[in-house]
Amino acid sequence: MKRLISKLLFVAIVTAMPVKAARAQRPVAPETLIRNATVLTITHGTLQNTDVLMRNGKIAAVGKNLNASANARVIDGTGKYVMPGIIDCHSHSMLDTINEGTLAVTSMVRTEDVLNTTDVDLYRELAGGVTTLNLLHGSANPIGGLNTVVKIKYGRPASEFLFPGAMPGIKFALGENVKQSSRPNQPGVTRRYPNTRMGVEEVIRDAFTRARDYKRTWDEYREASKKDKNLIPPRRDLQLEPLVEILEGKRYVHAHCYIVSEILMLINLADEFGFKIKTFQHVLEGYKVAKEIAAHGAGASIFADSWGYKIEAYDAIPYNAAILTRAGVVVSMNSDSDERARRLNIEAAKAMHWGDLTEEQALKLVTLNPAIQLGIQERVGSIDVGKDADVAIWNGHPFSVYSRVDTTFVDGEVFFDREKDLARRPELAKERAALEQAEPNRPRSQGPSPQTPRRRPSGHEDDDIEIEKP
Amino acid sequence: MKTLFAILVCITSVAAQQIGNPTTQDGVMPPRGTIAIRNAKIVTVSGPDIERGTVVIRDGKIEAVGANVSVPAGAQSIDGTGLSVYPGMIDAGTNMGLVEVPQGANGTVDLSETGDLNPNAKAIIAVNPHSAHIAVTRVEGITNTLTAPTGGLISGQAALINLLGTAPKEMAVVPQVALVINYPRVAGGGGGFGGFQQQPANLAETLQANERQVDQIRKMLRDAEAYGRAQDAYAKDKSLPRPDRNVVLEPLVPYVRGEQPVIFRADREAEIRGALRFADEMKLKAIILGGNDAAKVASLLKEKNVPVILTGILSLPPREDDAYDSLYENAAKLQQAGVRFCISTGDAGPEVRNLAQYAGMAAAFGLSKADAVKAVTLYPAQILNVADRLGSIEVGKMANLVVTDGDLLEIRTRIRYLLIDGRSVVLTSRHTELNDAFKNRK
Repeated sequence: MKRLISKLLFVAIVTAMPVKAARAQRPVAPETLIRNATVLTITHGTLQNTDVLMRNGKIAAVGKNLNASANARVIDGTGKYVMPGIIDCHSHSMLDTINEGTLAVTSMVRTEDVLNTTDVDLYRELAGGVTTLNLLHGSANPIGGLNTVVKIKYGRPASEFLFPGAMPGIKFALGENVKQSSRPNQPGVTRRYPNTRMGVEEVIRDAFTRARDYKRTWDEYREASKKDKNLIPPRRDLQLEPLVEILEGKRYVHAHCYIVSEILMLINLADEFGFKIKTFQHVLEGYKVAKEIAAHGAGASIFADSWGYKIEAYDAIPYNAAILTRAGVVVSMNSDSDERARRLNIEAAKAMHWGDLTEEQALKLVTLNPAIQLGIQERVGSIDVGKDADVAIWNGHPFSVYSRVDTTFVDGEVFFDREKDLARRPELAKERAALEQAEPNRPRSQGPSPQTPRRRPSGHEDDDIEIEKP
Repeated sequence: MKTLFAILVCITSVAAQQIGNPTTQDGVMPPRGTIAIRNAKIVTVSGPDIERGTVVIRDGKIEAVGANVSVPAGAQSIDGTGLSVYPGMIDAGTNMGLVEVPQGANGTVDLSETGDLNPNAKAIIAVNPHSAHIAVTRVEGITNTLTAPTGGLISGQAALINLLGTAPKEMAVVPQVALVINYPRVAGGGGGFGGFQQQPANLAETLQANERQVDQIRKMLRDAEAYGRAQDAYAKDKSLPRPDRNVVLEPLVPYVRGEQPVIFRADREAEIRGALRFADEMKLKAIILGGNDAAKVASLLKEKNVPVILTGILSLPPREDDAYDSLYENAAKLQQAGVRFCISTGDAGPEVRNLAQYAGMAAAFGLSKADAVKAVTLYPAQILNVADRLGSIEVGKMANLVVTDGDLLEIRTRIRYLLIDGRSVVLTSRHTELNDAFKNRK
């Protein structure tokens, strides 16, 4: 019994994700029927004049002339396009802080502890048809913090954002950010190790060597404690526990990288230690080693743009998505920016312009493929019966530069509605004017000016901003 | 020693290969010929579309346009069936050619001079004709950029260039097209909610500091006025004491006399209003560059006939409580208010190729499709006073043309032919070359 308890306790602690408190009773999503739209299913083509029925937060039916309950909301989809909610496999939205960069290995820190549910950029992303984000730690160190996969349930408590069943993940990073090459030497301050791509390899090798020993210690303890109930358990190491999960295939590695040498380094190191890289993030030179990435079984989560802004990005080309896809790599287009996240549909379309991907291949870059990369492909990423009702209605084909989102649903609930947004504006303008006239907010001619809420700098690329302004 | 020299030569030549655009490194410009594009849809921009017509180009200029234009003998003929001809796009707010790699390669950055007042810093001097960004940009249908220095208060003089040439001189359409001034920002406080700046300790002090900066600019422009008068007076009457020549003040003279435009970088309402007041006071021919808050100043911009180069279409709204589409719809709002504007990426180089996407987004949020095309062709040409040469398909204009297989602004559209200054440009870039080198790697 004691053993069972200690085992349960161990499991509970190891897998303990914070904010797993019992969820409050959620409001039941109203039933919605979208009639006569063009439906981009992703998995079974584009269906013309088709209805989509959403019930209890799930996609209940896709077909022609569907029937809904009497109290269902019916939306005329004539001339509209229905697309699965876009999944952004690299985001730092709603993170109050991005980098714990003081150590080379910070696998003990969690993005889940710094979620800011009021970040207005979440709403702006919903307005771009985005419903799911992979919130990643920054790229300040070779092994960074743990990720959080969320659904954008703007206006709800953090616990409701957490994507149920998403595979736990972690951020790794290689190259210039990790080496801190853009950080000037400060007099009297020792530079943090590592300073080269050689040191980056050594840091990761050292960490996994320790993790392997740590796992062995626990495995031996568990084995021995079957016979001897009085054994003292080994001391827990919060830094190494996530690395053990990686070795056991229970945690996905999302590795920020740019150039060939570092990509191959990590593939070789992972192969040697017997674990997999789930996604290479950015991986701008991935096209040069597409077959090696495919052979390892890693995915690639990339940009269409963002090239030439630093040396390691100078060989980035917009054909990356096409070359990697043809090599058999699962590819996604991510934002790494609250700004770009609002138009990932166009980033996906760019893979048709540069590299001739088919429309279906390009659509997958922001739907099913990132779902696979996050282990949530059974739940989201396509319009299939039984999947979560995370969809957006567009007023034109989402690959047209002239299109925009009308409505975005998450679990069948409306979280963005352009008509309602427009209707609310006069009222908000009035409220704003009243607030500006309120005594505490009026600019004073003398003395300190009124305090206004400071916001987190947003729209930046990864943690580069933190490198520049530590 | 000889070996060392050989090694150095070797290193520099390798570096030149790595950073640059091999397609123009051979030093040979494509020839100007007589070219006829037949049976194409012609989007003239300045007039109605011609559904099926011919454009004839000779010696770098558009010689004829119309539905019933005959192909001159000896002309190279391009079959434009199913294709569309547009004027080349113009991005009026870049730093193209002044920076190759901004981070980690300072040697490739020629953006900002030291000091606050650098009217004599001329972009055309430092534009790198072999920058990889140039070919990457032009193969997407952008034929011209305004290339501006940044930094300080008076940043320097911008150039309007063709994105083709083996030397800056060959690229220049107007070597000094505008003076660029960073209108001093008030550090928060006065602008209501939000704003990225630190809270000022004291509003009065902050405003004074701002006024001191404006004064620095004012003083230099006044000096330039006086300098111009002294030079003129001496030119008329050589018995007067000969005034010394001054290379800093001299380039300012046409700007302070209102003969050439002054571009003010200003995004927030306070700075836009400040720039307009200052331009009025100094009788400058102003253009606003940035213009995120321009819609709030629309009636004044219209009254003063000051155009805006919008660079923030795809940026996040500047304030937390701004509407999600406040910058997407900025162009449409200015259009409705009768303010002259054009659309720019505002980018240093790498993302200038996305100019069509910026214009397209403005069209998704209220701007007409035809105006969105004008916002990246004719409008920037008008704002920069080069509409006699660029921005539309009209007889006598420079033959900067793009032949597409579809709507110019749509992402999936391909550029099929590109002509700059009447020269047919091969559609290759550093990116197509890397793609070709690796796409079939087994």
